[in-house]
Amino acid sequence: MRKISDWGNYPVIEAEVNGFDTAEQLKRQLEQPGEVIAFGNGRSYGDASLQDRILLTRRFSKFLSFDPATGELCCQAGVLLSEILDVFVPKGWFLPVTPGTKLITVGGAIASDVHGKNHHVDGSFGQHIRSMDVMRNDGSVITCSPTENAEFFKVTVGGMGLSGIILNASFRLRKIETAYIREETVRASNLDEIMDGFEASDDWTYSVAWIDCLAKGDALGRSILMRGEHAAETDLVEQAHRAKPLAVKKGLQLGVPVVFPNFALNPLSMKAFNFAYYNKTRPGTHKHIVDYNSFFYPLDAVDNWNRIYGRRGFTQYQFVIPKEAGREGMRKILTRITESGLGSFLAVLKLFGEQDSFMSFPMAGYTLALDFPISSKAMELFKELDAMVADYGGRLYLAKDSRMDAAMFEKTYPNANEFRQAIAMLNEGSTQFASLQSKRIGITG
Amino acid sequence: MKNILILGATSDMAQAIAKKYAEQGWSLTLAARQEALLGPIASDLKVRADVPVQTVLFDAADFAGHRKLYESLETKPDAVIACFGYMSDQEKVRSDVEDIRRTIDVNFTGMATILSIIAADFEQRGRGAIAAVSSVAGDRGRQSNYIYGSAKAGLSAFLGGLRNRLAKKGVHVMTVKPGFARTKMTENLELPAALTASPEQIADAVFKGLEKKKNVVYTLWMWRWIMLIIRHIPEFIFKKMSM
Repeated sequence: MRKISDWGNYPVIEAEVNGFDTAEQLKRQLEQPGEVIAFGNGRSYGDASLQDRILLTRRFSKFLSFDPATGELCCQAGVLLSEILDVFVPKGWFLPVTPGTKLITVGGAIASDVHGKNHHVDGSFGQHIRSMDVMRNDGSVITCSPTENAEFFKVTVGGMGLSGIILNASFRLRKIETAYIREETVRASNLDEIMDGFEASDDWTYSVAWIDCLAKGDALGRSILMRGEHAAETDLVEQAHRAKPLAVKKGLQLGVPVVFPNFALNPLSMKAFNFAYYNKTRPGTHKHIVDYNSFFYPLDAVDNWNRIYGRRGFTQYQFVIPKEAGREGMRKILTRITESGLGSFLAVLKLFGEQDSFMSFPMAGYTLALDFPISSKAMELFKELDAMVADYGGRLYLAKDSRMDAAMFEKTYPNANEFRQAIAMLNEGSTQFASLQSKRIGITG
Repeated sequence: MKNILILGATSDMAQAIAKKYAEQGWSLTLAARQEALLGPIASDLKVRADVPVQTVLFDAADFAGHRKLYESLETKPDAVIACFGYMSDQEKVRSDVEDIRRTIDVNFTGMATILSIIAADFEQRGRGAIAAVSSVAGDRGRQSNYIYGSAKAGLSAFLGGLRNRLAKKGVHVMTVKPGFARTKMTENLELPAALTASPEQIADAVFKGLEKKKNVVYTLWMWRWIMLIIRHIPEFIFKKMSM
């Protein structure tokens, strides 16, 4: 038994934790009775990979094949996106989709069907999976793809690890000429401006905005829009970049060596941060060439940044609301959040494109993600926000969630019931895959 | 292209070493007992580094098979790194005769037989490098792991003698003492972080050590001093300590 938690350090539980190196070892572990859930690199925020018995997938992390003609990579599910980048960026390939951290496993990326700054163009990670092998409850391995065992594929992408344990997956990497991004940052002084900005950025591959969720009144929704394209060789200006277009210097890796005391983040310190961040970008549009790490993964440069939230832990409240409801809905929700004064400094806004997956989070509309230190006040606020999100026809991201109730889930995930039946049926009537989250929101008993 | 033979290629340390050599453009021959693990490890290295990788089944405790195994290799290696080892639970190994035997068979006898066969070939060719993973546990017998430690002490003495013999023949022999390592073998032990090396740190130390023809490598420098002190504590005091 050992203490374990996901990235938000809330909840922290005692669990029996075991890894595996081969499918055979995994099968033996599944033969033991009792519920289990797969745990990748612990970067989901809440309790989606927590359970009394946890199967660590990180050791199961080998590259199996790569076809340089098509870019098709097949790897075991415990491989980290960062390992893929380390090996393949120097060869001229990039991930088809990446979230804001590269420190997640391929299995986790599929189970949470993660999205990135290019969702409006390229969809979610799961939409790039061409085939995968999944171990079921009884230890049998099923190969599935959008055309083969399609039903199983459908419930495994975005299925939060409840249909089985993903063993390996094949997907195509994207060809790049350089390891750099041609970035434009645009300052938006309020919510309307940023939404106009997003709509005008449709033809950019990558777009995302950092939003000051403490700014009120006329400044409500003031933000910095960041959009980017993979830089071509001819875009590079610096001599050092041109000499080695696919090499990226290792940046400075910082760390948070200790858990901060709970009072370190307070309304004053957060306001100061937000003010400074907003004002460091001058009004107007700015162009830069930045390496892919600073564009996609600024926070990965700080080890254990979750520790700044102290021992109480934190949660990231991420919701999406449909585009039609976007402007009005976002204004109301954001107003409620700023009134509360509880939000912190990492708030991210993005406009999703269309998505019609079975259980995945994205839908055409606006998504906002922001961190909150755990407190009873925050929990009350979330209840209110839940009601607003549900009214606008939106939903919450399961990979970030640690507190939504079953009613909210049922209301906002239209396929909840079908999913519940499917995972049981596809595992011959019963499944031992369950997480604290799946029990809390009523997917598993 | 130079070839390296890695014995016990499925351990975490061995995998990190294989990765290091693959990145440096060596071709690899991976030898280990667990076939199910060897395949993916080999494909992983091929994808990462685009180098030829061969696999062979190898059981350290099957001494009789060692000569045949070495003779069967299509490519004779330029360097060999022996990483295999067996650590049982000390409580168990103290009283279980079979376990005592296995500990000594794998950690000492298996090392001595396979490396003797390879050494003879290297000696004849007048070149080659041999590295083997011993342990600081072999530097002094301690109550917490003296059976494992004594086998490793034997291995260290064997490597010292082999080095002495082959030094004039153009063959280099290196002893590796990792100290605490963060691997499968120790995943359930609470280890002090400052004294614990990652498999990658060990791989770097092994690669650099062989390049520079080091004789004995402690992967973290403190260990040389810690073991120096431990070795020099007088026995009449040492026997009362709990280490």
